[in-house]
Amino acid sequence: MVNLTINGKKICVEDGTTILRAAEQNGIAIPTLCYLKDINEIGACRICVVEIEGMDRLAASCNNVVREGMTVYTHSPKVLAARKATLELILSEHDYSCATCVRNGNCQLQSLAEEFGLTADVYRKVIKKVSWDRSFPLIRDNEKCIKCMRCIQVCDKIQSLGVWDICGTSARTTVDVKEGLSIDKADCSLCGQCITHCPVGALHERDDKDALLKALGSRDKVKIVQVAPAVRAAWGEELGLKPEEATMQKMGEALRQLGFDYVFDTNFSADLTIMEEGSEFLQRFKNRDAHKFPMFTSCCPGWVRFIKTQYPDMVPQLSTAKSPQQMFGAAVKSYFAEKIGKSPKDIISVSVMPCVAKKAEAAYETMTTDERGRDVDIVITTRELVKMIKSANIDVAKLKDKPLDDPMSDGTGAAVIFGTTGGVMEAALRSAYFLATGRNPDPDAFRAVRGYHKGWNEAEFDLGGAKVRCAVASGLGNTRALIEAIRRGEAEYDFVEIMACPGGCAGGGGQPIRGFEMFEERGARLRRLDVNNPIRFSHENPSVGKLYDEYLKAPLGEKSHHLLHTDHLGWKI
Amino acid sequence: MARQKIPTVSMAEATVDKLYEELSHRINAVSTSSCPIDIALGFVRLCHAQSCGKCTPCRVGLGQLATLIESVLDGEATEETVDLIEKTAESVYLTADCAIGYAAANMVLTGVRGFREDYISHIETGRCTCSFSRAVPCVSGCPANVDIPGYIALALEGRADDAIRVIRKDNPFPTACALICEHPCENYCRRRMIDGPMNIRGLKHYVCDKAPDVPAPECQPSTGKKVAVIGGGPSGLTCAYFLELMGHQVTVFEEKKQLGGMLRYGIPNYRLPRKRLQGDIDCILSTGVEARLNTKIDSPEEIKKIREEYDAVFIAIGAHKDKKLGLENEDAEGVVSAVDILRGIGDGIFPDHTGKKVVVIGGGNVAMDCTRTAIRANADKVSVVYRRRIVDMTALEEEITGAQAEGAEILELVAPSRIEKDENGHIRGLWVKQQMISRFNRGRPAPKDAGEEEYMIPCDLLIVAVGQAIESDRFAEYGVPRKWDQIDADDYTQVLGMDGVFAGGDCATGPATVIRAIAAGKAAAANIDEYLGFRHTISSGVTIPEAEVRDRIPCGRVNMREKEACERNKNFDPFEYVMTDKEAEQEAARCLRCDHFGFGCFRGGRIEKW
Repeated sequence: MVNLTINGKKICVEDGTTILRAAEQNGIAIPTLCYLKDINEIGACRICVVEIEGMDRLAASCNNVVREGMTVYTHSPKVLAARKATLELILSEHDYSCATCVRNGNCQLQSLAEEFGLTADVYRKVIKKVSWDRSFPLIRDNEKCIKCMRCIQVCDKIQSLGVWDICGTSARTTVDVKEGLSIDKADCSLCGQCITHCPVGALHERDDKDALLKALGSRDKVKIVQVAPAVRAAWGEELGLKPEEATMQKMGEALRQLGFDYVFDTNFSADLTIMEEGSEFLQRFKNRDAHKFPMFTSCCPGWVRFIKTQYPDMVPQLSTAKSPQQMFGAAVKSYFAEKIGKSPKDIISVSVMPCVAKKAEAAYETMTTDERGRDVDIVITTRELVKMIKSANIDVAKLKDKPLDDPMSDGTGAAVIFGTTGGVMEAALRSAYFLATGRNPDPDAFRAVRGYHKGWNEAEFDLGGAKVRCAVASGLGNTRALIEAIRRGEAEYDFVEIMACPGGCAGGGGQPIRGFEMFEERGARLRRLDVNNPIRFSHENPSVGKLYDEYLKAPLGEKSHHLLHTDHLGWKI
Repeated sequence: MARQKIPTVSMAEATVDKLYEELSHRINAVSTSSCPIDIALGFVRLCHAQSCGKCTPCRVGLGQLATLIESVLDGEATEETVDLIEKTAESVYLTADCAIGYAAANMVLTGVRGFREDYISHIETGRCTCSFSRAVPCVSGCPANVDIPGYIALALEGRADDAIRVIRKDNPFPTACALICEHPCENYCRRRMIDGPMNIRGLKHYVCDKAPDVPAPECQPSTGKKVAVIGGGPSGLTCAYFLELMGHQVTVFEEKKQLGGMLRYGIPNYRLPRKRLQGDIDCILSTGVEARLNTKIDSPEEIKKIREEYDAVFIAIGAHKDKKLGLENEDAEGVVSAVDILRGIGDGIFPDHTGKKVVVIGGGNVAMDCTRTAIRANADKVSVVYRRRIVDMTALEEEITGAQAEGAEILELVAPSRIEKDENGHIRGLWVKQQMISRFNRGRPAPKDAGEEEYMIPCDLLIVAVGQAIESDRFAEYGVPRKWDQIDADDYTQVLGMDGVFAGGDCATGPATVIRAIAAGKAAAANIDEYLGFRHTISSGVTIPEAEVRDRIPCGRVNMREKEACERNKNFDPFEYVMTDKEAEQEAARCLRCDHFGFGCFRGGRIEKW
């Protein structure tokens, strides 16, 4: 243990603790900007500098460790003056057109400027624009980048993709796509973790709100929206709603007020996915020799992009099931269109997703057919939804919980946990157990696969006498480690669930940005929704049952094959 | 009325002088990863600031050059811009009135011709292709990439044994390098920006003395693969050491009686005591390396047999053949090569030159070794004959001043012309011609005949130290490709067209430094491991202490102290004193910890394993 004094307070912390963490542990706040706990502790921005007694120069607190007897001042006049000057320097190369910035009101730099009470530009502004393909789902605005390096570090350390790199030296140092590539050629998974970890508005998703507004304004079309499981766990955060108030039903009301004719729930197609993917797994499992194992889930488009670029030889091991978003879109434009007697062309199919990659997925050529057009026409993120609700001045707190629309709103507890790591696996195992044994297991029997940490979760389950070896990973760095272990023969599994974002969709790249990791809390919200749902097995979803009875007939049947399955090799990144 | 003022220096002038001095320190701390064009721009701006403004080319031209170069950096230039830069620089060079202008323009010209491709890539890609990848200057300046800040931090904590482990992760010759490494790392040391470079070698000497008996790490499980290393010098033994640690079985074939190569047969005991060298070698052998001494691989058939018997071969035969002067009567008795003298000493045969006058020809470190050896062999007089000036010698400065202090006469600007022998065929003296220094040729000032009378330096022994050659004929006969006498291996130590044959060290690069030979051995080990189908890693298992944040107040560098010259020149005993604990602590604390401060804590700060 090390004894030191911060702002006159005597404290004792563990050896090797940084000054910043020592202060934090003792309730003393030090402002930071580039700092990202465990991921980016590089002292780049110099906002977190502190004064150490006996030292002339100031020291970054984020990556310098305490030593015995140290006396630290975190807000001496010297510190405050230096921080302010640094902040003014950062602003001189940042285009703070705050009013038109995607992060207006949710920007660490803006907050710092406000805290420091800056009132004028001290330095000449030197803003460098860089051209970017604005049609790509991920957009980088160089003129807003403050070179904190967080995006580089997240993509390297957490996602193992290294899409971003430092480019240039000296004054021209900036962040850019690695090796001078254009973003569409850089094997980007579109997980969006760089967006959610950017302290300013330099990285954001393509804005599809205007396209959606236009669509909502077309009177002769039927406007349908589906909402992904994880969205309900996060949408209320920036609308002043407590988690228990931010219900799916309230969100449905808000969506109706925005102009949607039908509000559905992607939970419905999550259950449908389980029927298809679970059946597919059992079929492969029974014909072991005809297939390579493990079989991988295919519901996360970030993961699908990852395997296609990083391990293309393993793509056939993906389940052929479309993701719930795409299954939903296909069902809307076929089954549902027939039900309401409309042509698929008269339906606008919209999804609200916690995800950036979903924007790309909806546009793949394999997700479009001549008769139906695109399964999903417009994808907006949770963040875009929140902005739309705000712009419509909808007072969500006053909305009543009204049921969503029939016939595609029923979702089970098994479906809602698709939004958190391990959820797809659990849901699949619950139904696979039923399909294999004819009886339901304890719904919490497969809890061993839950939770995010470095590495992956593994468990072996007995499905009516057959042992199924399962693994679950979230975060692409963890995923790479798992796949490498499989390829080296150090690990062997039958069924593997992958989510590109740490913690799964709860921590998705399209979710509200809070400045700290939220996936655990949001995941727990989804788990509670599962427990509180009277139906916790996908195969018991009555609406899904009806869909099979009336339309699809059976899982893996011919209609399913056309509507709900896909060829992952049928499109190129 | 007084009419002449004594020149005085104003406060401003004195300050600028001081700033110039600091700037020269900074420029001396060679940066290895800056954008060359950005640096060129900085230089032009500095030169322009020095312009008096009288003549047009300098006043206007240098400014225009700066603007043009900047447009390249800003991605606003075309290929014509580069042509215009070249044209403008040429015209400023041709027309400026004084050196401020034309020397500056010449720098721009050198740049635009020397790194034109960088200019073009800026123009084509709109960005700089260089990246700040070499984060820790000393580590990237060390050919073997030894973790210098790491072991200095350990030295500071008094963990000398861990420091040795960290050094051995990249270099199994800590002691040899502690005593004789040319320390290129120090050229890059960022501490130069404050006061002067770290005494890195001195600190290594310190930890080696503190922890002489650190055992080698455990070998990884045996792979059953067999590798032959031909040549038991620093390169071969380094390769053998790392391959053994990776689990391969290595046999070293050494033609001489003992291992060590040039470390033993090229460097005298007073610089590298045999006992200390043996310490490094014993540690290497303790990993299980099999050494076959007195085994010369002499014929193509033998090479063929080795290739058949082993899974991979590393050729590291060094450069042990002497080079001749090509002078009349070079065959006279009493004319010997440096290689022969030092080889004898390597095997413990100390010469006795009592009563003799000795002349050494050459200006490199080997010439100095021979000079200082001859002094210790009790010669009456030892003279060094060198064609250029002393300042042009390639030997380390401390070697030259050391030799002079011990009593050597260095005759500069003297070129040997012929050797005179007596009736018994014994050398009588060396005829030389006085030279004068002249224009630069390939970056060095060249000597030319001063036009004076030839004269003779009487001597009984002439030692020729003008470089070494490589005995590579037998390998060439077997079919190994060569460039001149060097084995032709690529940057990955692979001999092209010969599956499983690798080469490195002096025999592949020509005579160079020990640390470069070690670096080649390390690279060869990694590449051979890969070739054998493995991807073993080498790490030290030592956690490096956290860098301490504190002010870096200018503090003089602790230099090495030596025994006084009149004492040390009588015997072959080592003469360098190790730093005291206090000195080592102060010196180690000077380290700026570039592994942590600056780019190092973001990227490239530490290579934990390779």
